[in-house]
Amino acid sequence: MTNALRLYMHYLGQSIRSQMQYRASFIMLSFGQLLITGIEFLAIASLFARFKHIQGWTLPEVAFLYGLINISFAFADAASRGFDMFGTMVKSGDFDRLLLRPRSTALQLAGYELTLRRIGRLIQGLIVFSWASYTLDIAWSVPKIYLVFIAIFGGACLFIGLMIIQATIAFWTTESLELMNTMTYGGVETAQYPLPIYRIWFRKFFTYIIPLACVNYLPSLAILERGDPMGLPVILQWVAPLICIIFLIVALQIWKIGVRHYRSTGS
Amino acid sequence: MPKIANHTSSLAIKSYIAVFSARFRTLLQYRAAAFAGFGTQFFWGLIRVMIFEAFYRSTTAPQPMTADEVITYIWLGQAFLVLIPYQGADPDIRAMVRSGNVVYELVRPTNLYFFWYSRAIAQRTAPGVFRALPMFIMAGLFFNMQMPPNIPTACAWLVSMLFAVLISAAITNLLNISLLWTISGEGLGLLLSSLTWLFSGIIIPLLFFPDWAQATLNILPFRYILDIPFRFYLGHIPPEEIWYHLPFQITYLIALITAGHLILTLGIRRLVAQGG
Amino acid sequence: MPHIIVENLVKTFQIAQRQPGVWGALRGVLHRNYRQITALDGISFTIESGELIGYIGPNGAGKSTTVKVLSGILVPDTGRCEILGRVPWKERISHVAHIGVVFGQRTQLWWDLPVIESFDLLRDIYRVDHHQYAQTRDEMIAILDLESLLDIPVRQLSLGQRMRCDLAAALIHRPSILFLDEPTIGLDIVSKLAVRDFIKRLNQERDVTVILTTHDLDDIEALCTRVMVIGQGQILSDGPLENLRARVTTERRLIVDLEGTEDITDPDASVVLRDGHRVHLTFDPDRVATADLIARITAQHPVRDLFVENTPIEEIISRLYAENR
Repeated sequence: MTNALRLYMHYLGQSIRSQMQYRASFIMLSFGQLLITGIEFLAIASLFARFKHIQGWTLPEVAFLYGLINISFAFADAASRGFDMFGTMVKSGDFDRLLLRPRSTALQLAGYELTLRRIGRLIQGLIVFSWASYTLDIAWSVPKIYLVFIAIFGGACLFIGLMIIQATIAFWTTESLELMNTMTYGGVETAQYPLPIYRIWFRKFFTYIIPLACVNYLPSLAILERGDPMGLPVILQWVAPLICIIFLIVALQIWKIGVRHYRSTGS
Repeated sequence: MPKIANHTSSLAIKSYIAVFSARFRTLLQYRAAAFAGFGTQFFWGLIRVMIFEAFYRSTTAPQPMTADEVITYIWLGQAFLVLIPYQGADPDIRAMVRSGNVVYELVRPTNLYFFWYSRAIAQRTAPGVFRALPMFIMAGLFFNMQMPPNIPTACAWLVSMLFAVLISAAITNLLNISLLWTISGEGLGLLLSSLTWLFSGIIIPLLFFPDWAQATLNILPFRYILDIPFRFYLGHIPPEEIWYHLPFQITYLIALITAGHLILTLGIRRLVAQGG
Repeated sequence: MPHIIVENLVKTFQIAQRQPGVWGALRGVLHRNYRQITALDGISFTIESGELIGYIGPNGAGKSTTVKVLSGILVPDTGRCEILGRVPWKERISHVAHIGVVFGQRTQLWWDLPVIESFDLLRDIYRVDHHQYAQTRDEMIAILDLESLLDIPVRQLSLGQRMRCDLAAALIHRPSILFLDEPTIGLDIVSKLAVRDFIKRLNQERDVTVILTTHDLDDIEALCTRVMVIGQGQILSDGPLENLRARVTTERRLIVDLEGTEDITDPDASVVLRDGHRVHLTFDPDRVATADLIARITAQHPVRDLFVENTPIEEIISRLYAENR
């Protein structure tokens, strides 16, 4: 385990060095992402300027959700480039190379690249989150701070899990499934607003099938001390991030099934 | 003499049409991608529709558009998302610039700008064929997307859509041309496609941006890609105002094409000076 | 105890038949037709430690499937395979720690990293201890003459340079078995010879078992003591190169450069090729002694030069395939 972690760190170090060879491009792309996500948030703010609130949630409260989901996703997006690239790796046969090395394939793919330019989204998420926390006058306590950190970690796990499942599908179909982006990018878009605003079937899908509610909505209820119109048990608000971590573990098991399938069919 | 000139220019136009239709047909073949693209965009439309529904449930204050208008606007945006060049330049031209083969483009007896422009028009239309129609059907049947209220409205919409395609393709072609400058070109291209994304109306209908921003949005060309055509569709802008907007669309189109021409000339000069 | 034991390996693939058009694609989602392809149809062989084996066959004959099964990537349908006492597909991780694989068409090095950084990463991937790593690395650098390449990003290397680095990379963990897939493809003559020379030394000095698949039969002639030929999923021939030759044909070739351009006729030899002054004849050394034939021809014709050759290996292989079709 520690050996795997050391290898992972080595991978990341090298990935950063590789990307630093294209420094101008990195700075531009990060800045571009910061700009786009920044203006997208201004669009949300202008909707609040006209509508005042969305089913009882004000702009700072939505900004709190928005910040959390974007910070989580920025980490996940940066860490899972290998899984994102996976469809083309299977097609080109480069995946075989990973099987020829005495390490788990998931670890090798995780170490494929740490995409630094995602820092644009991360910075924007941090700014929005800080502004929301400052404006909302939250009664911070140690458990709440702890919950913020674990929620971000859990959120990253959930999104990485989704990307792993997306990659797993590539073992069966060579067409890269753009449709799965709806779960990742679409999930981020969805979770920028409180879940109860959506239709019931949609809400249920993102609570029970893909536990998106556990990433930011449920922990935020605990931190902002709001009631839950969906009526889920309060304890869930505190253990929600664990559910996300379990989701990642399940995704890794599904991944193993995919690898087994690949090794018996040779795709 | 004029007869010969006429003859050659009609030949040139024929060759651009050939380029367009070849590219169009190639792009039509990516059916799996179109299918996935439709699914993705349908999902996005759904999220946005639900968000706006929730907003409208939360207020009684008058808004720049009615809830029904916004919902149809959102579905139109998803149906015609292909008009936004958010995926950047033409991948084939990108590959040509990378490999250096772009110098062979200079030996063609056609105008390079219009050669690439024909491809850009195909790129901004073909992928939409398998997306727009199903979107109209699905959203129209199940999610409250409306048809244009009357025929003059529909005509005004179609005319402004035609120019929207041409303007969007001219912007795409600027992205293609920006590839000739590796680093700075990439940055400017990114900026241009981001601006198109942000200020065309795909994120929110432009009228929902703050009032102080409206003056700026009105002088940018980007609103002529989605926002203005869609408001013609809704009847939000009366059809006779096409005579007010059309000159603007044409002016922007000419300006974008002229700018593209000039930049391309500079790019070619630079390319030749570097020896490829 | 042999290094590698393979018994009756069978592997079939299901290939989905695509139907054309949109309807076909939609129907394909619900119901697919499959076609079965037998890539390996009962393959058996054993390989001893320190052998240098050429593994040849046309595309689609089952070559790369064999290599994939032997290296633990693919699980076969039935059959037994044991390498260094392990079943490759059951104990993938411990198995691949003891083998090295080089693909001529692809690199395992990191594209944007300097060569030496790739080696360092592989050290951590294979958990090689630092002392042993330093020793192996320095040896490889010396033998393959890599010193000047170490700080160059891989994407900037020429094909020949990259192949030398790839060979070193595959040996960082000191594998006892090395699979080489087309290691000389696309290389210039100098690089080709360097690669061949290195493989030979590796095999002779370090006793590394080498399994070489190639289309370049010069590689085989230069390196291999034993050749296995695969065709349509079966081993067609297995043994020393001379045996293969003897099995397929005993014929030799006599090539004669004449002064003139007249025809040669001889009861024991037949003309296969005629190119200006040069005449290629084939003959069977069991029917006529080589010396007799040469004497007869030089007596009848003014001859500038002549020499005797074995049948080219390409021809032997193609005849072998023709026999088994």
